Amino acid sequence: MGETPIIELKNIAVSFDGEAVLKDFNLRIRGGEFVTLLGPSGCGKTTTLRIVGGFVHPDQGDVFFNGQKINDVPPHKREVNTIFQKYALFPHLNVYDNVAFGMRVHGKSEKEIKSTVKNMLNMVNLNGFAHRNVNRLSGGQQQRVAIARALANHPKVLLLDEPLGALDLKLRKDMQAELKKIQQQTGITFIFVTHDQEEALSMSDTVVVMDKGEIQQIGSPQDIYNEPKNAFVADFIGESNILDGVMVDDYLAEFAGQRFRCVDKGFAKNEPVDVVIRPEDIDVVAPDESPLSGVVTSVTFKGVHYEIIVDVAGFKWMIQSTDFQEEGSKIGLLLQPDDIHIMKKSEYSGMFGDYTTFSDEMDEDILASQREEAEEEDEI
Amino acid sequence: MFFLRSIWLGAIATGICLLVGYPLAYIISRTGARVQSVLVMLVMLPMWMNFLLRTYAWMTLLEDNGIINTALATLGLPKLHMINTSGAVVLGMVYNYIPYMILPLYSALAKMDHSVIEAAQDLGANQRRVFTKVIFPLSMPGVISGITMVFVPAVSTFIISKMLGGGSNLLIGDLIDMQFLGSAYNPNLGSAISLVLMVLILICMGIMNQFDDGETRGGGLMI
Repeated sequence: MGETPIIELKNIAVSFDGEAVLKDFNLRIRGGEFVTLLGPSGCGKTTTLRIVGGFVHPDQGDVFFNGQKINDVPPHKREVNTIFQKYALFPHLNVYDNVAFGMRVHGKSEKEIKSTVKNMLNMVNLNGFAHRNVNRLSGGQQQRVAIARALANHPKVLLLDEPLGALDLKLRKDMQAELKKIQQQTGITFIFVTHDQEEALSMSDTVVVMDKGEIQQIGSPQDIYNEPKNAFVADFIGESNILDGVMVDDYLAEFAGQRFRCVDKGFAKNEPVDVVIRPEDIDVVAPDESPLSGVVTSVTFKGVHYEIIVDVAGFKWMIQSTDFQEEGSKIGLLLQPDDIHIMKKSEYSGMFGDYTTFSDEMDEDILASQREEAEEEDEI
Repeated sequence: MFFLRSIWLGAIATGICLLVGYPLAYIISRTGARVQSVLVMLVMLPMWMNFLLRTYAWMTLLEDNGIINTALATLGLPKLHMINTSGAVVLGMVYNYIPYMILPLYSALAKMDHSVIEAAQDLGANQRRVFTKVIFPLSMPGVISGITMVFVPAVSTFIISKMLGGGSNLLIGDLIDMQFLGSAYNPNLGSAISLVLMVLILICMGIMNQFDDGETRGGGLMI
């Protein structure tokens, strides 16, 4: 803890029109890190970014930059640059003048500007685009101009507000790799906002999972995926089967009517817990080889694997397997101790259940409404 | 003489409209949605009244024994000679045509993407730089159409100059008017002057459009 974080947010609270967006928010970001703020829309991640950029004033709490309080420093005096969601390029300037904007404002010489712009355009692979009209560029090219424009100022911290949201899948993958490369080359601290969990896992050093204006978990991508802290994180990051369970003893959990050996400890005896099992960790075996067995209710081909929904005593499990299973067949589910992850109960427990499909629920609703109608008719 | 005076007074009126109208349009575009619609309605409100009536109202205000001079006299201040001056003509033009300046400016400013302004701040531009480097250039289409919409009717007006300018401040419009309805009945000459006026206006508009680089990006209306 000796090292001063480049950005620190302390006890931040923000509300818009009486609605709390961030509550008692604390975050420390080390220099040179690639940090991702990940969460569903409305979780306060963009607001957090705008506080660092200086566009939102927190109602409470302090913002520090290299240990200095910058609450009242206006955006144009912060050593922080932003890549906006819709790029926000200046439509009246060409590519060169867009990239040169920040340096001109800072009174750099035209000679210096020229060489920096050239370097920046080279870095984002836009050589020869200097005199193009920005309105005629494709989304990916505009994106890269926005990156070059922000980096030309040599910021200490780069803020990226869902910069890849508007690009198609293939281009997004390329840009992810490119951004990661630029971050490693320049050593600039990146704070990246996204709702795409895959993007967050593949790019970041540290992921901050947010919901309802609060941090749910901070950790490396591996930690977040393998050791989710609560049902929200487990559900938001990847697919997961979340079951109600009881921690009978250290290394022994009971769920789905069975006892399983696991690798978690430190819970009270017989403490109710949430159990997470990732669909790709489950091995499919013959029904008599495992205490868990059920009937396959649906199989979807996903390219890399099949997504198999299995009904085990009313609970629908999701399994990802490269082997095809016949719909209606009976299979066994085999779990290894380290496939099982135990979480403490939280406010999210029970909100994310099994893989009962949307259409199943619809069927039930339709049946229920038909029943009600029938009852009403009886009354008449 | 008529031509020069028309263009000179029209240009002054247009300049004043721009100087007064731009800040107003900017303020309107930055207020909340509900206040905005009320303010836009207030700008339009005088246009619901007849043009002649409004100009007559200014006559009674500006006369040597009019409301303003009566008020000055009761306060013990010296009287001002206002009616029948070129200043009164310019005032009449500004008053009558300023909504045509504010509305295109307002629509250009209101449509501007706020994130572009934030991007400029983010890159280190202070408020003055944000305005001169981003907001004003992006509102250029609105400026151009505002200037056109004020300058063209101001140059060719004849009612305002007749009523507020007296006999000494006749404009090109008055000259044309006289050829058709006045004492110097000569429709042929009147038509010829109209044509010359039209060519002059087209030249002025052509010069102004040079300031815009040929691309209308979400600005107001172009004539």
